Amino acid sequence: MTARVVSTGPLALVQDLGRPGAAALGLGPGGALDRAALVAANALVANPASSAGLEIVFGGFALEFNEPAVFAVTGAVGEVLIDGVPRPQRTAHSVAAGTRLTIAAASAGLRYYLAIAGGIEAPTLLGSRSRDILAAMGPEPLQAGQLLSFGSDHQESARPEVFRDPPRPDRRLSLRVTPGPRRDWFVDGAWSQLLSQEWAISADSNRIGARLLGRPLEFSRSGQLPSEGMVTGALQVPPSGLPTIFLADHPVTGGYPVIAVVRKADIDLLGQAQPGQTLRFLAS
Amino acid sequence: MNALPKTPGALEPIGATGSGRANAATLLPCGDSGILAELETLDQVLALFRALSEPPAGVLDVVPAARTILVTFDPERLELTAVQNWLRSAEPVEAALADGPLVPIEVSYTGPDLAEVAQYLNLTVEQVVELHTSSEWTAAFTGFAPGFAYLVTSHEKLRVPRRNTPRTSIPAGSVALGGEFSAIYPTSSPAGWQLIGHTAAVLWDASKSEAAGSPALITPGARVRFRAV
Repeated sequence: MTARVVSTGPLALVQDLGRPGAAALGLGPGGALDRAALVAANALVANPASSAGLEIVFGGFALEFNEPAVFAVTGAVGEVLIDGVPRPQRTAHSVAAGTRLTIAAASAGLRYYLAIAGGIEAPTLLGSRSRDILAAMGPEPLQAGQLLSFGSDHQESARPEVFRDPPRPDRRLSLRVTPGPRRDWFVDGAWSQLLSQEWAISADSNRIGARLLGRPLEFSRSGQLPSEGMVTGALQVPPSGLPTIFLADHPVTGGYPVIAVVRKADIDLLGQAQPGQTLRFLAS
Repeated sequence: MNALPKTPGALEPIGATGSGRANAATLLPCGDSGILAELETLDQVLALFRALSEPPAGVLDVVPAARTILVTFDPERLELTAVQNWLRSAEPVEAALADGPLVPIEVSYTGPDLAEVAQYLNLTVEQVVELHTSSEWTAAFTGFAPGFAYLVTSHEKLRVPRRNTPRTSIPAGSVALGGEFSAIYPTSSPAGWQLIGHTAAVLWDASKSEAAGSPALITPGARVRFRAV
């Protein structure tokens, strides 16, 4: 079964839960930035959690189904229209051939997840259909006019869906952090500065990392750290003193010191943070 | 977990003391699903890495680097203390760097940082190129990006710091120096290293199936010789 992409918006990618374990080949974990939102979208249409869906940045996306389909939209909050009529998110919609789905600009959150019953079909690389933007691997970014195939994944019995509201752009986001391996590379006051000041997400952010704007952190040493393995959620601090929080497509290794690491459970929130979103770190 | 150190800025290695240690690694905190094992030398890293070839279920990845090995795990399947104990009890396995295949790489030495690198090293541009091409490099480990190999050589005459501000995008095939390593960027990517040249060599070819050899041109143990064109 197929659907035709009418418009993509800024960026629409095929994503599943990624390819952990490929670091030896130089590939990061990849996968949906808001994993819980993709899992929930898949659950709504009775797909396995590992099925591929679409990660749609900000909106401006439209798709026309060539066959009957069942789909659900989760993640960012905005207007979802079926043949021009606003319809709710977080529920499965069953539509006829010829139906047009439109996803408008997000009012909260940044990434929508669209799951179609049976999953998006695409070739796998190391067991995953995820597009990795750093490695430039996996299915190419969607293009207007292209045909998407879906529907061959085995259907599952219903599972409970868990929804989490995306952060509101006008409210400060809180992220829990633990000390990173290189906290001793920073001056004594850097840790409390990290926790006490308000940071903002830079417009330079992407699937590799969320860049932060704020008052720079100060180093206590001038030497360089040999490149070392990086985890998703690491706050890596280049000499500018402004941290980048590594997200799913992060490099496997990096050479700037990591002052703190965001708790695994809070990383999905970063995938939904719009440019300009303010945030605070909480020690946990 | 990970109670804050009493002195801000001080680091409390996890499990730096205690019984059952079979290696010299210091274990550093790395979030709720990672541990960074730190060693003194690259040889120690490679010896410990050889001992970690059969990780317990729940370990997601083992990532060797210049002085460290990062272990990531799923905290829902494996407890932090179990990963610590596994790391502490691993007996290092000594072996020589593999005498791997020789990979010739043709380089046009026109990188934007070449003049600055020469100035930093108190050399001429020609001397930098001569040193880079006359040294034999060995791929110690891979990482950063698919097909990216960290190349080491027997001297430190080309050791340069990384850039203060990483470039957000550099072309595929960029030949670079960073710390004790040289490397070739397989794809266009952000980069913090000093760019000294460019090669047309294809470092990663995803169309090569895993059965028909590695998609990476340079694999750990391979020897690399650069030639100026």
